[in-house]
Amino acid sequence: MPFVEESYDVCVIGAGHAGCEAALACSRLGLETIVFTVSVDSIAMMPCNPNIGGSSKGHLVREIDALGGEMGVNIDKTFIQSKMLNKSKGPAVHSLRAQADKSDYSREMRRTLENQEHLTIRQAEVSDIIVEDNVLTGVKTVSGATYHCKAAVLCTGVYLKARCLYGDVVTHTGPNGLQAANHLTDSLIAHGIEVRRFKTGTPARIDKNSIDFSKMTEQLGDERIVPFSFTTDPESIQKEQVSCWLTYTNEDTHNIIRANLDRSPLYSGVIDGVGPRYCPSIEDKVVKFADKNRHQLFVEPEGLHTNEMYISGMSSSLPEDVQYEMYRTVPGLEHCKIVRNAYAIEYDCFNPNQLYPSLEFKKIKGLFSGGQSNGSSGYEEAAAQGLIAGINAAMEILGREPLILDRSEAYIGVLIDDLVTKENVEPYRMMTSRAEYRLLLRQDNADLRLTPKGYEVGLISQSRYDWVKLKEKLISAEIERVSHVVIGANKKTQEFLAEHESVELNTGTTLTELIRRPELNYDLLAPLDPDRPELHPEVREQVNINIKYDGYITRQIKQVEEFKRLEKKKLSPDIDYEKISGLRIEARQKLNKLKPISIGQASRIQGVSPADISVLLVYLGTI
Amino acid sequence: MEMIEHGLISDTIFANAAGIGGGISVIRVSGSRAIEIVNDIFKPKNKDKILLDQKTYTMHYGHVTDEDDHIVDEVLVLLMRAPHSYTAEDVVEIDCHGGQFVVCRIMDLLLKAGARPAEPGEFTKRAFLNGRIDLSQAESVMDVINAKNQFALDSSLNQLHGAVKKKIVDFREQILHESAYIEAALDDPEHYELDSYGEQLLPKIEYLISEIKELLRNSDNGRILSEGLKTVIVGKPNAGKSSLMNMLLGTEYAIVTDVAGTTRDVLEKDFNLDGITLHITDTAGIRSTEDAVEKIGVERARKALDEADLVLYVIDSSSETDEADEEIMSCIREKKVIVLLNKCDLSPMVTEEKIRERLGVPVILCSAKYGDGLRELTDQIKEMFITGDLKYNDEVYITNLRQKECLMKALDSLKLVRNSIEELVPEDFYTVDLLNAYESLGLIIGESVTDDLVDKIFHEFCMGK
Repeated sequence: MPFVEESYDVCVIGAGHAGCEAALACSRLGLETIVFTVSVDSIAMMPCNPNIGGSSKGHLVREIDALGGEMGVNIDKTFIQSKMLNKSKGPAVHSLRAQADKSDYSREMRRTLENQEHLTIRQAEVSDIIVEDNVLTGVKTVSGATYHCKAAVLCTGVYLKARCLYGDVVTHTGPNGLQAANHLTDSLIAHGIEVRRFKTGTPARIDKNSIDFSKMTEQLGDERIVPFSFTTDPESIQKEQVSCWLTYTNEDTHNIIRANLDRSPLYSGVIDGVGPRYCPSIEDKVVKFADKNRHQLFVEPEGLHTNEMYISGMSSSLPEDVQYEMYRTVPGLEHCKIVRNAYAIEYDCFNPNQLYPSLEFKKIKGLFSGGQSNGSSGYEEAAAQGLIAGINAAMEILGREPLILDRSEAYIGVLIDDLVTKENVEPYRMMTSRAEYRLLLRQDNADLRLTPKGYEVGLISQSRYDWVKLKEKLISAEIERVSHVVIGANKKTQEFLAEHESVELNTGTTLTELIRRPELNYDLLAPLDPDRPELHPEVREQVNINIKYDGYITRQIKQVEEFKRLEKKKLSPDIDYEKISGLRIEARQKLNKLKPISIGQASRIQGVSPADISVLLVYLGTI
Repeated sequence: MEMIEHGLISDTIFANAAGIGGGISVIRVSGSRAIEIVNDIFKPKNKDKILLDQKTYTMHYGHVTDEDDHIVDEVLVLLMRAPHSYTAEDVVEIDCHGGQFVVCRIMDLLLKAGARPAEPGEFTKRAFLNGRIDLSQAESVMDVINAKNQFALDSSLNQLHGAVKKKIVDFREQILHESAYIEAALDDPEHYELDSYGEQLLPKIEYLISEIKELLRNSDNGRILSEGLKTVIVGKPNAGKSSLMNMLLGTEYAIVTDVAGTTRDVLEKDFNLDGITLHITDTAGIRSTEDAVEKIGVERARKALDEADLVLYVIDSSSETDEADEEIMSCIREKKVIVLLNKCDLSPMVTEEKIRERLGVPVILCSAKYGDGLRELTDQIKEMFITGDLKYNDEVYITNLRQKECLMKALDSLKLVRNSIEELVPEDFYTVDLLNAYESLGLIIGESVTDDLVDKIFHEFCMGK
């Protein structure tokens, strides 16, 4: 039978947030790339919450941008409200979050993909991977078409054998009724890949015209909008914003939920996938936090061109009639009309312990995986992995070293290290508390940390790289200059300090010392610093942070040096740990299964003790 | 846990090397700061001499002194500069007199000066990594590391005083709870408030700081450990073992703890004798018995005897020694023994001289019933301890020091938290040091951090969309 046969460098399977980044990275590096999607209309679709960023997720987006990814640029084009979270806290936990116009977001990303050189978009369901001698050589679609390639990136999200549920209604589809991918799992299993089942959920969408906003509290965006992308001119995105609304559940809501728990597939045992704890359904919240008499809900617009509102905080898989009943107990939603039901979704995903930190499968050379199918959750986590998986597929084809970010370099490094090293039993969400060196991994310095790496990979332009290098120089020069600026205890100084409720000086001091005072900062002190050069706001911000938190930052830098020493000790994947005398049995098994790339990674594997690490150090000394 | 790297050693370690006989003990210090650290605690006899300036392979006479400049011991210090030493690092050996009492004091001073107790096998590991021992020795090093480590871990847990362990678990719980609250609020700022949280946190941190200081004070007199000198009281039935136990415990000496799981036949108590903890086991009489229940007691008694550091053998001086005494004497031949001739208020059938001649051990006349002989007994124990005749298991001291090191680190971290609060630093900075304290305390009870914080956040705080 005749069939289509084509050749590409890279096949990307899936065009969600991970797939888009992977496909763009590969094609921008000059590799012929094809991206498959079950529906071209669903490219970069946001099937759940209508926002990008948030605590620690905002960091991921800035990092993606600093490496040359697209998510930051795309949300800057399509946001309808923006907020910097935790602004009253330390700079390390400031985090951007923007409400997206969902359809604009998807359309803009699609436009970017469509106009990208070396990139082909194909609507087709991939059903098989082709592997010869543990090397990936191509993929096949349901129609029998064969696409030969040098590498493939799995970005299948929640589509593998997906089924959506609410009450006793079960549909075998992906989100929003889109076609599920029902064949690929079997091919992957046949090639030795371990598959498991996770679940997640989404709340109802409600018609704006049926909501009484007078019973809710308005939530405005920031007055001054900060862009996600380092390439976006802040002036270009100051615009009118759309509000979100705050309301609460109450005991009536909870009583209805409790009375109908037996009709929830979560509690009746119909769902066997493992769900996340951080994004629990409302029925989970009511059961697990029984003492709370109300839960916060945010009512968020899905876009400018639709009346649909997303009810954040109230995802559910209860039956339709219960959904109506419970949503209508909420102040402002008494007469609400549901446009789309809340539902839970179950899907196949991979145990990411099967991957190297490059996101390549240990068992199949040339097969990479990024995104929700690695057991993560969230658009940002997916995009970050998609970018790294795409870059590393390209690096392998180009015969170059993989890009592996470690835990001290990026949230992306923490995310991937946690996924590939630890035992993850639920969908993984990024959190600032997971990043032990977070004082260094700030959203404000993502470019300084990562843009040189993106440049080396080939995704950052010369001019952008030059600016980051210049910025670096300007920052250190200014920190140095400020440390020599002596501020006398004169009348002008004392008046200035009094005005800012700061203690007067007994003797002269340096500007550095004054910047450290909690009530003062670099910009504020300009009047006492007449010789100050004119500097870019980004430079001034870095100078301020680095001086103010110098003690903490220095301490973390020391910890990082300690950490790096073990990361630098590389372990070959060919080591047979069974043969290393002195390792405990459990450690041997774990090490053989995970094949860590460094002593550092080995030390983070559950079941490997500090003594085992000592043994490994001695072993490394013998070879 | 600190790690070392080939040829690039960061920290300085110490350990009590095997004694070389004649009442001399050797403490070995190795690492880049070894000479500097020993210099801090060592006063050369020749006051013009500065240890830091001395050549390799030189020996120096002087005193180890404590923080108040009091002499701890007269010592000889041997200097070996890198790479010409066992570990190929700077190594200093301190030869000191006296028993473990002095050794422990010196190790304690080294800890305070910035060195840390060596991990099991660490000297050998460093020697290997720095190329001082060859490949054929490497394999055995690897075996030793894990074997010793497991032992250290087990003993550290066993030795930790029940009440201390409970406290540490409790401190960790508090620290984790506070961290989880802060982190939940940072992750979900529209849900949890952090405003003026520092004010609420400060008294809790002050409390933890004072509690840990108290633990550190106690650790100085060894009370952090439940394990003391393993002391077993033996003697045939009715020789007066239980009266002796009561005599010991009924004194002004503090009873440290009751040990759970005592059986009808073996009663265990700890008590503190001028800083030396005795872990006393009162055994059932050792004799052949047909009674099944009592048999178990006898088995346990024999086992306790095997493990004993010190045996208190009670003989009823009012009756002749018999077969049962013979059997006991054969069991304790290899042990450090003090014989107590009890019931000396009655007419003696067994004399002091006879027993001393027979066993060659100290003999004390006592009357457990009237409390006579107690002073003599405690003096005897102290003397044997201070001369080094009696010893704890080495691992006990080292464990105590390691635990102390962890407590010191936890204390430092909590002080940093206090500092941050007082300086009005934003709340997200608190967790960094809170978690360091959590980790240090965890090492004491053998627990690592893993994902405790994330679990706690989800468990206690309702997060997310």
